[in-house]
Amino acid sequence: MKTVVIGVIGADVHAVGNKIIDHVLSSNGYNVVNIGVLSTQEDFINAAIETDAKAILVSSLYGHGEMDCRFFKEKCEEAGLENVKLYVGGNIVVGKQDFNEVEDRFKKMGFDRVYPPGMKIEKALEDLREDIGI
Amino acid sequence: MKPYLLVDFGSTYTKLTAVDLENEYIIGTSKAPTTVETNVLDGYDVAFKRLMHDHPEIKEISGISACSSAAGGLKMAAIGLVEELTVEAAKRACLGAGAIVKIVFSHHMTKREAIKLKEANIDIVLLAGGTDGGNKECIIHNAKKLVDIEIDVPVIIAGNKDANDEIEEIFEESNIEYYIVENVMPKLKKLNVKEAKHIIRKIFIEKIIEAKGIKKAEVKIGEIIMPTPEAVLLASELLSKGYEDQEGYGELMIVDIGGATTDVHTIGEGFPKRTEVILKGLQEPFAKRTVEGDLGMRYSANALLSLVSNYEFKKYFEADDNCDHDIRKSLDRRATNVDFIPLTKDEEEFDKAIAKICCDVSISRHVGHVEVVSTPLGNMYYQTGKDLSDIKYVIGTGGVLINHQDAKKILKQVNKKSDKLLELRPNNPSILIDRSYILASMGLLSQKYPRIALKLMKQYLL
Repeated sequence: MKTVVIGVIGADVHAVGNKIIDHVLSSNGYNVVNIGVLSTQEDFINAAIETDAKAILVSSLYGHGEMDCRFFKEKCEEAGLENVKLYVGGNIVVGKQDFNEVEDRFKKMGFDRVYPPGMKIEKALEDLREDIGI
Repeated sequence: MKPYLLVDFGSTYTKLTAVDLENEYIIGTSKAPTTVETNVLDGYDVAFKRLMHDHPEIKEISGISACSSAAGGLKMAAIGLVEELTVEAAKRACLGAGAIVKIVFSHHMTKREAIKLKEANIDIVLLAGGTDGGNKECIIHNAKKLVDIEIDVPVIIAGNKDANDEIEEIFEESNIEYYIVENVMPKLKKLNVKEAKHIIRKIFIEKIIEAKGIKKAEVKIGEIIMPTPEAVLLASELLSKGYEDQEGYGELMIVDIGGATTDVHTIGEGFPKRTEVILKGLQEPFAKRTVEGDLGMRYSANALLSLVSNYEFKKYFEADDNCDHDIRKSLDRRATNVDFIPLTKDEEEFDKAIAKICCDVSISRHVGHVEVVSTPLGNMYYQTGKDLSDIKYVIGTGGVLINHQDAKKILKQVNKKSDKLLELRPNNPSILIDRSYILASMGLLSQKYPRIALKLMKQYLL
C-alpha cells in the first residue's frame, strides 16, 4: 500500500476539506498520513521521511498558500525527498487570478500538480494513480 | 513486626530503608558510601550494621528489594531517523526506563559516528527509525553499521517492523546480542515505548548489573530489579494515580537535583487546556522523565555559566544575601572537589543559587511551550510538549533539596514566570519535600505492596 502525506499548510485552520481528502484517499487504497491543520513545511517533510511517503498533498484555503509554499521543493530536495510527488490545491493565491498563470507559477516552484478552487478530490485521486500507482 | 528492606545502590551512597509491613510505617533508614570498586557488599554491610544498631527492634528481615544507579547508572545510545520523531521516541524509551542517554544519532550513521558509539562506553543501544510500513532503508543501513563495527553491547531494535526480517538476517551472522521489539513510533507521532522499556529493564537485570560488578550483591539481597530512576518514576506514578480506593494526588511533578544531573518527572497528560491551542509534535508519555546532564550541584557546576550569564546568575541570590560571591571561583571549587559540603552561611547561600538555576532551567526544558500564530480567524496557538499549568504538587528530592532548610524556596523556581510566559509551567503548586529520601524505595515497594507504598508516601512527603 502506498503512503501519502496530507495536511493544511501555514496559519490555516480549515479542517473540513482535509477530512474529505483523508476519507476519499483512504477508502481508495492509500495509506493516508494526515498531519492536520496549521502544519509547517517541516511537518510535511518529517512525516514523509519517516513514513516513506510517495506523495505530499498540500492544502491551503486562506489565500496565503503561495507564501507558505515557497522553497518547499528545495527543502524536499535537501531532505532527500526529490522523488516525492508534490500536489497543491485550494484557494492557493490572494484574490481572483487567472488560474493558468497560477498553475504555471506553482509548477515553477516545483509542484507536480496544481488544482484550482472547487476541484473535486477524485481528480487528484486519478492523478495519484497515474503518478505513483496504488 | 514484619520488616521489609529496600536497598538503593546509588552513585555515591548505598541507602537502606526498613519498612514494617504489619504496622505500615518506616522503621528507619541508613546509608554508607557505595563501594563498587572493591565489593559492593562492603558498603551495604556498613549501612546494614548502622540500621541494625539504630533499630535493635529489627529481629529478622522478611524480604528485600533493590535498585541501582551505581557505577555510572545505565548509559544508552538512542538512534533514529528524524530528530523530532523516531529519535525523540527512542530517547523517551531510554529515559522512561531510567537510563541516561549519552549518544544520540539521527538519519544514516556515518563511520565516524559508529566509531564514536563504540568508544563511548555505553551499556545498551536502542535502534529505531521509520513508522511501521514507512522508511526501512535507514534503519537497515544503521543495523549494518553496528555489525560492521562489531558493537560489543546489546542492541535493541525497535523500528519499522517491515525491516525486522532483514535486520534479523544481518545480526544473525554476527555475535552481537540483539532483541527485536515493537516499534517505538508505529504511526506518525504515536509513541509506543512499553515493550522497549520492558526489554531495557530485562537486559539491565540480567547483564548490566553483572558487568558493573553489582551482581555480587545478589547472593545476599536477591535480584536487583530496576535502575533507581525507574523506581522513582514508578513511585510518582503510584502517588499520582492512587491505588484501589485510596485516592492519588493527581497530576504531579518530581524534581531531583543531584551532583551531576537534574531529573524532572511529571505524571499527567498535559493536554491543551484551551480550544484555540493545537497540539504539535510527538505524543508525550503520561509519565515523562527528562534528565539534564549539564545541570548539577557539583560535577557539572562549571557548565552553569554557559547557560546563564554572570549577571543572570546574580539574580538567583536572595535579596538579603550581602556576600560578594566570586561566581566562577565558587563553581570551580565545587566541580573540582565534588565532595564539597557547605560549611558557612555564604557557601550555603551559593549552593542555594546553584540549585535554583538547576531547577529553573530544567523546568524550562521539561515543560511544553506555546507559540502564537496569527490566522484570519484570530490568534491560535501551537503547543509542543505538556501543558503543566494545572499541576497540583511538586515534590523535591535529591541531596540538596532534602538537606537544605530553604528547599521549598528553591522549588518555587518551577512556578510560572513573567519573563517565560510561553512556557507552560505550574501555577503555584503545593510543594512537598522527600525529607526521608524514600521515593526510590517506595517505587521498589510498590512492585509488591502498592497500597503500603502509597500510604507511606502520603505520610512522609512533607
